[in-house]
Amino acid sequence: MLKVKQLNAYYGNSHILQGVDLNIEKGEIVSLLGRNGVGRSTTCMTIMGLVPPKGSIIYNGEEIAGLKPHEIAHRGIGFVPEDRWIFPGLTVMQNLILGQKSRKQKSRWTLDDVFTLFPRLEERSNVHGGLISGGEKQMLTICRTLMGDPDFIMIDEPTEGLAPRVVEQMGQLIETIAARGVSVLLVEQKLSIALKISRRLYIMGQGRIVFSGTPDDLKHDREIRKEWLEV
Amino acid sequence: MVEYLIFSVLNTLVLGMLLFMLSSGLTLIFSMMGVLNFAHASFYMLGAYFGYQITTVAGFWSALIISPLLVGILGAAVERYGLRTVHKYGHVAELLFTLGLFFIIEEGVNLIWGRNAMPNFIPASLDFPLFTLFNSEFSAFRAFMLLISVAIFIGLYLVLTRTRIGLIIQAALTHPEGVNALGHNVPAVFMMVFGGGSALAGLAGVIGGIFLITEPSMALTLGPIVFVVIVVGGMGSLTGAFVASLLLAGLQTFAVGLEYSLVDLLGIIGVTVNADGILRDIWRIQLSHIGPILPYLFMVLMLMFRPKGLLGKREN
Repeated sequence: MLKVKQLNAYYGNSHILQGVDLNIEKGEIVSLLGRNGVGRSTTCMTIMGLVPPKGSIIYNGEEIAGLKPHEIAHRGIGFVPEDRWIFPGLTVMQNLILGQKSRKQKSRWTLDDVFTLFPRLEERSNVHGGLISGGEKQMLTICRTLMGDPDFIMIDEPTEGLAPRVVEQMGQLIETIAARGVSVLLVEQKLSIALKISRRLYIMGQGRIVFSGTPDDLKHDREIRKEWLEV
Repeated sequence: MVEYLIFSVLNTLVLGMLLFMLSSGLTLIFSMMGVLNFAHASFYMLGAYFGYQITTVAGFWSALIISPLLVGILGAAVERYGLRTVHKYGHVAELLFTLGLFFIIEEGVNLIWGRNAMPNFIPASLDFPLFTLFNSEFSAFRAFMLLISVAIFIGLYLVLTRTRIGLIIQAALTHPEGVNALGHNVPAVFMMVFGGGSALAGLAGVIGGIFLITEPSMALTLGPIVFVVIVVGGMGSLTGAFVASLLLAGLQTFAVGLEYSLVDLLGIIGVTVNADGILRDIWRIQLSHIGPILPYLFMVLMLMFRPKGLLGKREN
């Protein structure tokens, strides 16, 4: 579904991504792990077209490197950024409505689905985005992207700053998303949730992929964990 | 006194709403794109000249529609083929680009229409006193200006709060990249807002050119006041721009009619000063004389004590 080959990206003179290779199949949950600052978020931003790419990004057989972010979104890729980008002047409901690419768009996710998954969002639907809690913002940003009906979604640090009970809920949500045929690239720092729900894992280090394998492979490779994940 | 108060309030509304038509576009453009458009008042001037020229051929009512459209198309083209290219070189380059545009438009107007003011008069159909109160007349044209600007204000409010494109614009004020990643064509929205803002400035020019004057220095006369409005109101805040437009228009309008000097003002609170001596001229300056600098004084104080403006959200 998504094949990234030799992807490079720069911030000014800094060479952030140094030849990243990724492969994600339909309906898979794949995690992208690594320490802070190794380029995981930049990988998502570059796939989404928000950072200029050098290299190849093939999505459903089409080269999408160089397309604009809205064109990439229209091809079925969704992005949930780490900073959440909740629109503070709009209500929760208006934030969700803007997730739809057009008024007529049909989505496998309806407002009812979203409110069933997170009843709290329905209670807060008329509250401005700037006034809701961090956990609610996290739910809203994921649901807003789902409203655009992506076939492939990149979720950057969804559990950051959330209470353990909500982290559990987040894991279940990601499994629900995948169960509806959406491929997921999960960028995470918490190894436990990634090991629990992912089919495959990538570890990034210094702008490159340094490990690729299944959760079992990683569980048995203490050296890799020690070198690239443990603090 | 009642007559003075009523007419000052009416004139404040007329001038304030004209300022709002200009500042609303400027503040939207600034908050979405981070571009402080120095050429915004030049679009106002072009609106006035196009309006005058179209009026001589097809009449005022055609000018009222065609001139803002032309200015809007020009504004959109400036964004699409100018600013968007300059954008990658940063905000300073964009600022210099709009400053250059300001001079190009001013010189262009000089070349085509000359340096003298145009005989841009009130159209015959609106050239009558709407009502007479005490001994003063309130002209139909002023009432018409007020009507147009209130309609624009309501229209702008409805578009921004009730339509999908309005929601996209509001969202792009804070997170343009987020809106883009959701599948909305933000560059096209930028172009539309720039074109729309320019068209509003053009519309203000068509009526402002008649109300004030149509001459090559009109952009330089009004431009700084519009900047004061968006600084005082708070960069990027439409409500702030609205409040500040009325506030600054009121400040100027009321000051014009008040013949009080500093000595008189101190006298009211029971302080008497010797109005002779070395500071004689300063004590005797009347409020009506310093009316034109009051907005700038207000802006300086605002920047010192509340840099984000009345209703602004940005600290920088």
